[in-house]
Order: sequence, then structure tokens, then C-alpha cells
Amino acid sequence: MSATVYVPRDSSALSLGAAKVAGAIAAEAGRRNIDLRLVRNGSRGMFWLEPMVEVETARGRVAYGPVTPADIPALFDSGFLDSDSLVGGDHRLGLGLTEEIGYLRRQERLTFARVGIVDPVSLEDYVAHGGYRGLARALSMPAEKIVEEITESGLRGRGGAGFPAGIKWRTTQQASARQKYVVCNADEGDSGTFSDRMIMEGDPFVLLEGMTIAAVCAGATQGYIYLRSEYPHALRTLNEAIGAAYQREYLGEKIAGSEHTFNLEVRLGAGAYICGEETAMLESLEGKRGMVRYKPPVPAIAGLFGQPTIVNNVVSLATVPVILERGAAFYKEYGMGRSRGTLPIQLAGNVKHPGLVEKAFGVTLRDLVEDYGGGTWSGRPLRAVQVGGPLGAYFPGSMLDLPMDYEAFAAKKGIVGHGGIVVFDDTVDLARQARWAFEFCAIESCGKCTPCRIGSTRGAEVLDRISRIARTGDRQAAIGLLRDLCDTMTYGSLCALGGLTPLPVLSALRHFPEDFGLSGSDVAWTG
Amino acid sequence: MDQTQNGFDPAVVEAIAARLKNRPGALMLILHEIQDRFGYVPREGVPTIAHALNLSRAEVHGVVTFYHDFRHQPPGRNVIRLCRAESCQAMGAVALAEHVRGRLGVGFGETTRDGDFTLEAVYCLGNCGCSPAMVLNDELYGRVSPARFDELLAERKEGRR
Repeated sequence: MSATVYVPRDSSALSLGAAKVAGAIAAEAGRRNIDLRLVRNGSRGMFWLEPMVEVETARGRVAYGPVTPADIPALFDSGFLDSDSLVGGDHRLGLGLTEEIGYLRRQERLTFARVGIVDPVSLEDYVAHGGYRGLARALSMPAEKIVEEITESGLRGRGGAGFPAGIKWRTTQQASARQKYVVCNADEGDSGTFSDRMIMEGDPFVLLEGMTIAAVCAGATQGYIYLRSEYPHALRTLNEAIGAAYQREYLGEKIAGSEHTFNLEVRLGAGAYICGEETAMLESLEGKRGMVRYKPPVPAIAGLFGQPTIVNNVVSLATVPVILERGAAFYKEYGMGRSRGTLPIQLAGNVKHPGLVEKAFGVTLRDLVEDYGGGTWSGRPLRAVQVGGPLGAYFPGSMLDLPMDYEAFAAKKGIVGHGGIVVFDDTVDLARQARWAFEFCAIESCGKCTPCRIGSTRGAEVLDRISRIARTGDRQAAIGLLRDLCDTMTYGSLCALGGLTPLPVLSALRHFPEDFGLSGSDVAWTG
Repeated sequence: MDQTQNGFDPAVVEAIAARLKNRPGALMLILHEIQDRFGYVPREGVPTIAHALNLSRAEVHGVVTFYHDFRHQPPGRNVIRLCRAESCQAMGAVALAEHVRGRLGVGFGETTRDGDFTLEAVYCLGNCGCSPAMVLNDELYGRVSPARFDELLAERKEGRR
């Protein structure tokens, strides 16, 4: 039997040289006349070990990493392809059985169950690993029952807003229209996040299946994946998967032997952060400027081209198959409070063990940053974490006992968002980060509403002024101005970009006043 | 993408617009394809696109200028897209940006005088587990230190000779 070797095709692995490693393995096998099956899988999500090479053995896959092309001859010499070997070849890069690596073993991977394991573009592999069982069950149920299942599971939008998916689905399902749509928001623009990308590159069929279930439920016949242009590898993987699904009649007419029709297409964004906001994304899909729409009407009633449209994020849709397959009761067993199920959390920035950690809601920031993350990459003390992307709050190390839970974060004036955690060491200047939040808002504002368009620039100016003011009284007046401005942005903006930019700004001020040359009493009003 | 092919050809724009104009939301598809072909969206092509889609020139111009991706001039032979967002900031992207600007002698959105390099800012490449991140001619790189950047730059310069 020939050996099977896995080398990821995930963007991050490629950015560290995975393609050269795969090439070197194939070449070395050729030189040694070894018959070898090379699978380009998704990443397991342990980026400090990438490029991570895995070899199939009798006891399971054995991992090696981080591997460089120069390591390949020695790996072959060590007998790493010997499939009877108990722990794989004896090599300094050997990590033992992949599944036994603590970082992976302690996770609760439901949405990510197949990522890194299957060949992402093999429909056969997907089905062999339990794929399309959720769709089969959905096809046996009336549409109302599918909605009930999603509602009952407690699934909330994983894109950042945390809105119950079941409500969106029910609204679109009950709307009557000639044409309905399912749109996947794959405009994953938050810094510190990459879970959507990993799904699309590592298990695209699970997204296709989730969208198909949504389409069957709503009676939608056309779907779009709005993918950010920064993800060319995801584009390739998705298009390969879509091609395979059409070929095997999981897309197109009479899908999976049913009477349903569902066509699916990927459309590219063009580098506008605002297009991650669902109504701006719909405008962009229609070929227009990505300007935020007034709501109501909500997209579930009047969405793409004015028709009822289910809009969900990649991770939300990719979670639908496991909910349908195993039932709402199974899924909602995970989690805490009103945050049910699991969240694929992304550890990024200055962290020793960056990667993807899927855990039930309730896991604390400390578990994530210290236990999984292993502290800072630089080895310096941790000073701050920003959770939930550029619109998320900065929290100090003293707040790491906060559990990942929508309500717990809201109570501390933060957001879970899309589940990204960016770690900063003690060299960070929070005044600069706060100013950056305003700058970013100014760069990415669609310009439709005044608080966001103008407020972002004025905010940066006020922060500059605060840093220059010497007299206490003047400083307090400037801080009062900043508070008014933030109130206006929070309550007066059309969407989350202007509405949440005050979160990183005020959290920086509240928890790190010294970086602004202020004392705790100067910023007491920030709560 | 081959960055060198940037001579504007109205017939090509017309053909692209004619082929795609009946697709839903066609304008974005058309602009992407034009940029893939020319490396930028030539101003001279706007009336042709507007005519094909029955839009005003102002509407097409509005879309072209809304999105960061669409360039208004031909880029240099090599395009560097450097991430400036938070995760990369946490790993030294601000200092890296200074280094890159110094090495190339240009700011963001500019092209070196010899037409060799265009430097662009990008806000997240989804490579936040390997910050700082950068794209050089469609190739993604992670953990880009100033020294690593110099290496990649030297490779590109040698490749040219």
C-alpha cells in the first residue's frame, strides 16, 4: 500500500512555504521510487507548526512541523512514511499523533469537524466523512420544521452581530415572492479573523451544504457567496467544490434527487471593509457602491434585488449541516446562557500559539490566550487583547476571566464579534490604537451617514488635541467633547462601523488612561 | 497576474462589457475583469461600460472609485500589498511599513520612479495567525520581518535581470 501524506493548501500554510514543501516531498519520493499519495488538505489551525506535514499510519495520522524543504531528505531517512510505524518516524520535527496534540484534543470541533482532515475538493471524501447527511434530513422535513430546528438550536449569527439565525430564516421562508435568494457573507474583513477562510479553503462543501439547506428551507433557487478579493485561494477551492457539486447534482436542478433547484455562484468584493455589513454587501452584489441601506425593510423581506434573502456568515451557514444532522438538542447542549453551541475562535497577533480553537461558548479569554495561546509570541508581558475585530474593545490582562459569551461581553462594553482575539504585548500604545480605530473608520466609511463619515475624522483630531493639552480643565473639556462625539456615533450611525468605532476608542481610554497621559479620574465617566 | 500588460485597448473593454452585461450585478464583474486584464481600470473605458449597462458615466465612476481594489493608473511591474491592520500591528507592522517605505522610497499608493514596485496598503489578508502579512504579486507571505522583506525584494530584483 502506498503512503498517504498531507500538506495543507491553506493560505497561511502557503504563506510559510507549504507549496515548496509539497513539491520537495513529491520530488524526493520520485528520486527514491516511492509511490506516494499527496493530499493537499486544509489546515488543522496550529499556525506555529505550519507547514505541518501529516502521514497516515496504522494508528492514525502522525504530524511533523514546522517543515521546510531542507528537512525533507532527513524525514524520508527517518522512515516517516512507514505506515506500520507506531508513532511515525523518529525525527526532531515529529509531533506524534495529530489528534493527540493537546491544542487539538481539547477542542470541541463541530463546525470545523472535517477541516484539515478531508481533501477539501473531493466530494467523495466529504460524503465519506458524514457530508450531506444534514441535507438528506432537511429534505425529509417540511420547511417549517427546518426553521424550528435552527431556531431551537440557538444558532446566532457568527459574522459578528449575533442575531438569531432562526428568525431570519422564518421571515424569508414565510415571505412570498417569485424569486428568493440565499447569500453567504464571506467578506471576512476583521483583523484577527480567518475562520471563514479556513472553512472555505479546508471544507468548502460544508458551506455549500449549509447554503443548500437554507435554500431548500426558504424556497430560494439562487445563491451567491460574496467573497472578499483578498482570498484568492478560497476562490479557487470554492469554485472547484461548486463544480464538483454540480457534477454530482448537489447543485443545479433536482438537487440530491429532490424537486428543488439551487444554483450557486461566487462573487468577488473589491477591498471594501464596509461590504461585510449585510446591506452594503447586497448593494455591492447588485453592482453598486457598497453603501449601507436604511433598515427596515430587512434583507429577509427585501434583500438582494429587492427580493426576500437569507443572509448569513460563512461560519453560521457551515454550522447548519451539523445541526440538521445531529439535531438542535445536540447542538444546544454546548455553550452558556443565551450563547449556544460552539464558536471557532481565532488567536492572532502577538501570541505564541496562534490558530483556530473551536470551543463551546463559556471558555474564558484566559483559557484561550494563556492555555491555548501560550502567552505572547515575543515573550514579553501581555498588556491588551482586542476581541471581535477592529470594532471590538481592548481589554487589559486583568479582565481575562471573561467568558466568551455575547451577553457577558456586552456587559463589559465589548463584543464577541466574529471570534477573533488579537494579543498585544507591553510595547503597545493604546492611544495610538484608539486613534487608529478612528482612522480605520474614516478610511472604510461608506459616507452615507454623517456620524460615521465626519465623526471618525473629528474623533482622531480630538484625540490628537487631548495628547497635546497641558491644563487639566482643558483636558476634561476635550474629553467631554470626545464623549459627546462617541455618543453621536454610537446612537446616530446607520450601521455597526460608525456605531461600534467608539468601542475600541473608549475601552482604550477606560482601561489604559495612562497611555493618553490621563489619570483614572479623568476618564471615570467611561464607566 | 501579469502586471506588465497595461496598454489600454477600447475594443477589449467593449468585448468584456458586452459579454458580461446581462449577468445580475454585472458592473462589479466587468470592473474586475478589466482590472485583471489591464492591471487598472482605465478612465477612458468608463463611457463604454456605462453605455453597455445603460448607466450614467457618473454611476460607473462612482463604483470604480468606491472600492480600494480598483486602480486608476497602471501599477508597477511588481505590486506589494502590505497589511496595516491590528493583528499585524501587534507584530510590528508599523515598523515594517516604515522600513518598506524607506527601502522603496515611496509611500502607500505610489509607484517607484523606475516603475518597478507599487506599494499598496491592505487591511487584513486573513493571515493573522502569521502576522505581519504581505502579498507580493499575488503570493501571500507570513511573518514578514524587515530582513525577510529585504530578502524577497532582492529575489524580485534578481528575477528581473
